[in-house]
Amino acid sequence: MEIGELTYFTIRFFKEVFRRPYEFKEFLRQCYSIGNRSLLLVGITGFIIGLVLTLQTRPTLMEFGAVSWMPSMVGISIVREIGPMITALVCAGKIGSGIGAELGSMRVTEQIDAMEVSGTNPFKYLVVTRVMATTLMIPLLVIFGDAIALYGSYLVEHLKGDVSFALYFNQVFDSLEFGDIVPATVKSFFFGLAIGLVGCFKGYYCKKGTAGVGIAANSAVVFTSLLLFIIDFIAVFVADIFYDL
Amino acid sequence: MKKQQAILEKDKKKESSEEVVLELQDLNKSFDDNHVLKHFSMKLYKGENLVVMGKSGSGKSVMIKCLVGLMEADSGKIIVMHHDITSLNQESLDILRADIGFLFQGSALYDSMTVRENLEFPLRHHYKKLGKNVNTETLVIEALKNVGLAHTLDLMPAELSGGMQRRVALARTLILQPKIILYDEPTSGLDPITAKEIIILMQDIQKKYNTSSLIITHDVDCARVIADRMILLIDGTNYAEGTFEELSASKDPKVKAFFKQ
Repeated sequence: MEIGELTYFTIRFFKEVFRRPYEFKEFLRQCYSIGNRSLLLVGITGFIIGLVLTLQTRPTLMEFGAVSWMPSMVGISIVREIGPMITALVCAGKIGSGIGAELGSMRVTEQIDAMEVSGTNPFKYLVVTRVMATTLMIPLLVIFGDAIALYGSYLVEHLKGDVSFALYFNQVFDSLEFGDIVPATVKSFFFGLAIGLVGCFKGYYCKKGTAGVGIAANSAVVFTSLLLFIIDFIAVFVADIFYDL
Repeated sequence: MKKQQAILEKDKKKESSEEVVLELQDLNKSFDDNHVLKHFSMKLYKGENLVVMGKSGSGKSVMIKCLVGLMEADSGKIIVMHHDITSLNQESLDILRADIGFLFQGSALYDSMTVRENLEFPLRHHYKKLGKNVNTETLVIEALKNVGLAHTLDLMPAELSGGMQRRVALARTLILQPKIILYDEPTSGLDPITAKEIIILMQDIQKKYNTSSLIITHDVDCARVIADRMILLIDGTNYAEGTFEELSASKDPKVKAFFKQ
């Protein structure tokens, strides 16, 4: 039932996104709000992931005399999988729940009805701008998170193995291929789309008063997280066909 | 003397126009087995203040939401200024909505926007209606002056009291210069003094702009002051209709119950 409604909601989004008038000002405001507010959280998470991944992997690689492979291994795993997935999950928690709660409270306090009654299209103003903003900002946040995670990994290598900045990052970029970067970036756009759509859907159709706002925020996170794993699986499956990973 | 003057004013209004600006014909609305509106019909005349009274859950809010297209009626006709809104497409409905002001029960101010932005918001898509040379700033200030809150321009809704929020919401309703204003419980949640201020404001607006008003309420004092005509909504039907004086003198126990409050 809910999947059917979400599909209809998604179709409506794609119809409205190309229709005038465009809400550029609100779109830019949402981009700033979504991107700027998540920078710190994504940065800290990325940094810790980089540190932990390197610290955990180092002893095993040392056992096999393959510590020199560390930058390549960390680079590929962060860019291909860990970076986009962790960033998307963090953003689902922060941005998805925020959108769900904001639109949910607007629904129960009749603010969305007030927009509709004034002859404005609330779907365009509230939903299209937010979904567009998450679709655009999540890939940028993923790139930022990846860079911070790699820097965290470099710090561990620098402190434990005396590896220079240039050597570490040369090895990282040498090991990365087109087939690592493109699918990861493309799936980040879909992650952003999913976060925005589910958050907006849950909030826009929020029911049951103020209790419903909490339910909308919570279910936005749960449903988005599940959807992210499904999108990730599909993305890996498709990338495997095209790039023979 | 005052009473006579009021009667004269009401008669004047009646004479001035018998034009129907809003009409509901045989409206039905159910939620599963709960039949909220059953063959409900009513008319609102130009320049008239029509009060619809009913108990909580009697379908007043459902009726007013069907009227502006926020809810879809199961059957029946809703004619607003000669347009049947049930057969209008979204674009035409949005244009028509510019002529209908709606004051929500909880004010429904956009809490992420300042008072100024709240008032500017409806103008974004309807500036054509007000003419090309319209100055947004002037319109906003004039609307706020009408409700005596010109000094709140850059405040956030959360910084205003309940009564002030209601007045700002009324200013937002007025900014598009609507021909019909729908009030959903305009005095609910307000103290008696603020409620009285809101009622006086509604009267002033009606006089100044000659708007037609449909007022949904269960506040007898509000109805007494403002109603030119009243409808009692009981069990989803138009149970009784008349002036405040006529209905308050009724011997029907169901009607009497309202005025005993």
